[in-house]
Amino acid sequence: MTAGIVSYGAYVPRYRIVPKEIGRVWGVDGEAMGKNLNIRAKSVPGPDEDVITISVEAARAAMKRVPWLSPADIGAIYVGSESHPYAVKPSATIVAEAIEAAPVMTAADFEFACKAGTAAMQSCMGLTIANMAKYALAIGSDTSQGAPGDALEYSASAGGAAFLIGTTSVAATINHTVSYTTDTPDFWRREGQAYPSHGGRFTGEPAYFKHVANCAQLLFKRANSGPQDYQYAVFHQPNGKFPVRVGKMLGFDDKQMDTGLLVREIGNTYSGAIMVGLCAIFDVAKPGDRIFAVGYGSGAGSDAFDITVTEEMPKLHKARVRTMRAMVEDFRQVDYATYAKFRGKIRMQEG
Amino acid sequence: MRDVAVIGVGETQFGELWDKSFRDLGIEAGLRAIQDAGITTENLDAVYVGNMSAGRLIDQEHVSALVADYSGLSDMHLPTTRVEGGGACGALAILQGWAAVASGLHEIVVVGAAEKMTDVGETKAMEILTATADQEWESVFGATIPGLFAMMARRHMYEYATTREQIASVAVKNHRHGALNPNAQFQKEITLEAVLKAPKVAEPLGLFDMAPLSDGAAALVLCPLEKARRFQDTPVQILASGQASDTVALHDRRELTTMDATVVAGKRAFHAAQKTPSEVQVAEVHDNFTISEIIAIEDLRFVKKGQGGPATEDGQTALGSKIAVNTSGGLKARGMPVGATGVAQAVEIVRQLRGEGGKRQVGNAEIGLTHTLGGTGATAVVHLFGRVN
Repeated sequence: MTAGIVSYGAYVPRYRIVPKEIGRVWGVDGEAMGKNLNIRAKSVPGPDEDVITISVEAARAAMKRVPWLSPADIGAIYVGSESHPYAVKPSATIVAEAIEAAPVMTAADFEFACKAGTAAMQSCMGLTIANMAKYALAIGSDTSQGAPGDALEYSASAGGAAFLIGTTSVAATINHTVSYTTDTPDFWRREGQAYPSHGGRFTGEPAYFKHVANCAQLLFKRANSGPQDYQYAVFHQPNGKFPVRVGKMLGFDDKQMDTGLLVREIGNTYSGAIMVGLCAIFDVAKPGDRIFAVGYGSGAGSDAFDITVTEEMPKLHKARVRTMRAMVEDFRQVDYATYAKFRGKIRMQEG
Repeated sequence: MRDVAVIGVGETQFGELWDKSFRDLGIEAGLRAIQDAGITTENLDAVYVGNMSAGRLIDQEHVSALVADYSGLSDMHLPTTRVEGGGACGALAILQGWAAVASGLHEIVVVGAAEKMTDVGETKAMEILTATADQEWESVFGATIPGLFAMMARRHMYEYATTREQIASVAVKNHRHGALNPNAQFQKEITLEAVLKAPKVAEPLGLFDMAPLSDGAAALVLCPLEKARRFQDTPVQILASGQASDTVALHDRRELTTMDATVVAGKRAFHAAQKTPSEVQVAEVHDNFTISEIIAIEDLRFVKKGQGGPATEDGQTALGSKIAVNTSGGLKARGMPVGATGVAQAVEIVRQLRGEGGKRQVGNAEIGLTHTLGGTGATAVVHLFGRVN
């Protein structure tokens, strides 16, 4: 039995800040930095947005696409993120209440840097294939921050996506999934720290490229396929440079990668990154189209998916949900002062 | 004193070598040098190791015994000695090895030098490098190594009308040379414009005016010249070894644009070897910053004082000219595993004198020089090497 994606939904905050504006504050050529990272803007969550609100928005969008589906049939909700608002207290329970899936269900929060969402997808596949849940909801969502002035500040953004996983009425079949995991500390944040630390260029070759490339090769082997067999390819996108480079290394071309490469316009949504990329592809893909997707989480590991869009995809309701493209293009630019206010970087009076 | 020859050379790749530890690097370079010399480890009498700061970079002291141990030499109970002198420690290790063989204390010695710099963050690495300046009178007030070299650059520009472009042309040349060196960290040419437009580190010096932080190791095998041909068809003689020191703090120096330690070490080496600067065809000088190379070629009397900038811009120190400076790419492009520098420079000169320089071979190289600095010039070591005909 195979599982797949029954419905999907995404959410990206409306605010954007451009690299030039960040560079202006720190005395850096931000425009050159943005060009180097292949990032034109990054999304900024509003003052009343966090991983839970983003997850709820994404989950609601997924539910709107399948109005026939009862939330009570969702047996599990897992929210993957590295910026859960609570250290102790699940985000997933709030999502469950918001979409009326509670209480006969299980829920938990996942963390694996940027691949917590895809780890949740795999867990949901297991539950539904084992018939422990009829449907299960996997969410990847983040409001990550780079330390002020750090290179990460130019890319760390906010957004997320929710995939409803099941074995029936599947809009996109997950034909195969494989993972590749090692202990490679390229990026981390300790309990209580406001900002993550990273190993600079160590995050590249021995971390991102090694795991993504090896996991991709495992998937090719498992699926007995090659890059020419896919209409679309999407990779974890910490910036606009890494995914394109790894894609080319694997034999994919710009045309295959363009649709899912949202990082250029919204920055790195961390746990949401590959999932919002997949949402952009689902918005336009036709039945029979095959998608190659490889996520990456620092620490480190990759999850890869071989996906085929089915005849169910065009049947999903579209009227009341915004497409990924509409969300990307509907933005309001903010300056650094507003960004600093929204992100709580300004110390306020207490009490 | 006996004449001393280099009978074996070895080096690792230079760069950010994530999957290689300090001991991996030391062993790799040492074994390559031993292989190149055509000897076995049973022939060895002593090991000298140049290393600047393993204690702070990888929390490991006592690295001389460690490298010998992990090279499988522990049961030989060889004398192993670590030599420290800021960035000049590799060159100082050569000097110690040379003295040991010349004096008759030892017959065959390995001189190795290694540094593993990328296990700590860049900020920490810069703090450690800055410890080679005067902690009480410089570092504690916020002076950093780039800041101190930037002051030298400013003063050189003021006194000799050296231009920013002339200083930048050192980086362009050394990257051009590095592009021909398969072991270099940066095997890529860069444009003058790229150097000038790079983010500033300490004005007027930018990112491309600085050598990178690198991992790497290099090693030599030395023996008496009279025995050298038993092991090596193309031995290279160490003609002289000159060492000098100066004030540790830059502000205590006689002037900012001359490093007296380099001047004196150079004079001592040339005097001992009975050679003149004009007889040198190939030199590796300590270009931890672009300005350092300009000052070095002046202080070594390859060009007149104040002419280092125009001479570099004019290509007078590039491959194909009368003297080729930093054919390996120098610290700028080959890389700067700081304590390994002096030995890596010697490896390049020996290769050039043997005619094994590949695409970067200097034609008919007879005499070669290495120049290595510690700190901002508180230690300078100059070695002269000669082809044995």
